[in-house]
Order: sequence, then C-alpha cells, then structure tokens
Amino acid sequence: MFDLSGKTALVTGATGGLGNAIARALHRQGATVALSGTRREVLDALAAELGERTVVLPCNLASSEEVEALVPSAEEAFGPLDILVNNAGITRDGLFIRLKDEDWDTVIAVNLTSAFRLSRAAAKSMMRRRTGRIIGITSVVGVTGNAGQGNYAAAKAGMIGMSKALAKEVAARGVTVNCIAPGFIATPMTDVLNDKQKDAILGAVPANRLGTPEDIAAATVYLASDEAAYVTGQTLHVNGGMAMI
Amino acid sequence: MSDIADRVKKIVAEHLGVEADKVTENASFIDDLGADSLDTVELVMAFEEAFNCEIPDDAAETILTVGDAIKFLEKNAA
Ligand SMILES: NC(=O)c1ccc[n+]([C@@H]2O[C@H](COP(=O)([O-])OP(=O)(O)OC[C@H]3O[C@@H](n4cnc5c(N)ncnc54)[C@H](OP(=O)(O)O)[C@@H]3O)[C@@H](O)[C@H]2O)c1
Repeated sequence: MFDLSGKTALVTGATGGLGNAIARALHRQGATVALSGTRREVLDALAAELGERTVVLPCNLASSEEVEALVPSAEEAFGPLDILVNNAGITRDGLFIRLKDEDWDTVIAVNLTSAFRLSRAAAKSMMRRRTGRIIGITSVVGVTGNAGQGNYAAAKAGMIGMSKALAKEVAARGVTVNCIAPGFIATPMTDVLNDKQKDAILGAVPANRLGTPEDIAAATVYLASDEAAYVTGQTLHVNGGMAMI
Repeated sequence: MSDIADRVKKIVAEHLGVEADKVTENASFIDDLGADSLDTVELVMAFEEAFNCEIPDDAAETILTVGDAIKFLEKNAA
C-alpha cells in the first residue's frame, strides 16, 4: 500500500521542518522528488542525503516569474508531474488593528498566490493525463482562526476554499485536490515559542504532545497514494485532537 | 475537406469520445457533443499541441463549434 514508485513529486518548502519530512517520506515510498525552497545549500544537502531520484529547484515563491517557471522546470527535469505539495509557508504575525499592508500582502503572496499558480500549472498537466494529486499544507488556524494571525489564517482558509473549487473541476479527470491541516507541530516555526506558550498549547491538545513532522508526512503519503483516489476536496486535520472538525 | 478539418474532427471525436459522424462542422462542443466547459479547455490545449500554435484565451472563447476550430486553425496553424 501507498507505493509511489515511478511517480514524480514537487515539494515546496523542502528546506523547512515539515517539507523536509514530507520530501523524505515521498522519496522513501519510491517517488522521484523535486525539492524546492530558497536556501540552495540546504536543498543540495538533502538531495545528497537522499541520493537518486531527487532534483533541486530553488525558487522564491514571492516572485511570480519564478513561481511560473517552477512546474515547467520540474517537468523538464523528470517528466510529467504526478504529485504537487504546496507546503511552503510563512507567518508575519501582528494584532489585526496593527497589521501592516506589507505583512498582509507578503503572507498572501507566499502562502496562497504561489499555491494558486503552482496548482494551476500542475492541474493543466495532470488533467490531460487523467491522474494527479495536489496537496496543500494549510493549518488548523485556517479553520478555527487565531488571534494575531489575521493574514495567515486568511491565507490558510483561502487555500482550503481554493482546493475545494479546483477539486470539483478536476475530480472527473482523475485528479484529487486535498489539504492537510497540521495543529501544533515541533519545527523551527514552533521552536520560537517560549515554554509558557508551549504549556498553554499542550493544555489544548488532548494527545498531550506536539505533533511531529512525520505525522504530517504520513498524511501526505496517504493523500498522494493511489489508495486515496476517492478522497478529494477534503481537509485532513492532523492535530492530536486539538480541534475536532 | 481540408487536412486540418480532418485532423480537428479526429481530435474532437477522440477527446470527447463521440462517434466520428456526429462531429460535423456545425456541431457545438457543449450543446451537441456533450462537452463541459473544462472539456472545451482541454480541446483547445489538444489543438495547440497538435497544430503547434498558441490559442489565446480570448480566441479560445470564440471557438464554440467544430467549424470555429477549423476556421481558426486554418488561419493560425503553424
Ligand atoms: N509547524 C507547525 O506547527 C505548523 C502548523 C500548521 C501549519 N504549518 C504549515 O506547514 C508548512 C511548513 O511549515 P514548517 O513548520 O515546516 O515551517 P518552516 O520550517 O519555517 O519552513 C517554511 C518553508 O517555507 C519556505 N519558504 C518561506 N518563504 C519562502 C519563499 N518566499 N519562497 C520559497 N520558499 C519559502 C522556506 O524555505 P527557505 O527557508 O528555503 O526560504 C521553508 O522551507 C507551512 O505552510 C506552515 O504554515 C506548520
């Protein structure tokens, strides 16, 4: 089950905590994986570690030109794309009434607009071949909201709505579009929280632990697999029970 | 009948899974051949590939029938 041999995947944010685990897991299941991010050395190091079946494709997702070139570069390197994982994401937190235009725009551009452009390019190619998987890494806060994250929650909720709309368009063509909504996962993104903040978080998580990147990677492998062919337009919450929705 | 017309009809029949004799020049993709709007987008992409040309979105919107496609491609095919 969940064999991805012969399939190709593109993972954005492969230099980050979750993206690294997702790329490793897809690779372990047999996929050829294109690793994307802005930090080339980190991508090269991961590719070197994984060995065969990897491609390094640096890309700044804030640049529309670079984003438009990413799927074509991946397909040039390894042929038609089977699995797209829109994982890269940033936060620029601030109280709503103080939220700067720039922080709004940047978060929407990197977290949502880049996913739109990549999904559009990927869907075009997948639709023709009647097969494909588009997976967006959203967040529990896109569904529940979170104080101080108006921009981030908007981008993450936007990704869910966008995925559902696209899922309806391409469902009859063998392409599924789903989201994974992590709760609190131990990564560099959550390392910046202090102990008091972490205790407060754990109090809200019935599983009584932070999630691991591997928890998210496993969900990604499932949604990317042939076995998940009948699952589309869904958001899979991987959050230790902190929000049951 | 031109070579382009033959090729267009063949692509349409294959793509939409309809009998070749239903694919007449007057046939509308959506009304007569059972295409949905995404099928028409795919057809345009298939024409682009087969005839090695670009069909801009505003032109694609005017291609509603088999004849429209033939006319466009006779003018623009590379
Ligand atoms: N960790 C959590 O608890 C948690 C919870 C819910 C949702 N998420 C979501 O999960 C995803 C991954 O998060 P993470 O925890 O792995 O974060 P992370 O370690 O901070 O990684 C973020 C990734 O995004 C990439 N990125 C940022 N800006 C970019 C840009 N302009 N162009 C290209 N890539 C860019 C980074 O690449 P470079 O460093 O190479 O620039 C990095 O690989 C994000 O979408 C995040 O919102 C995380």
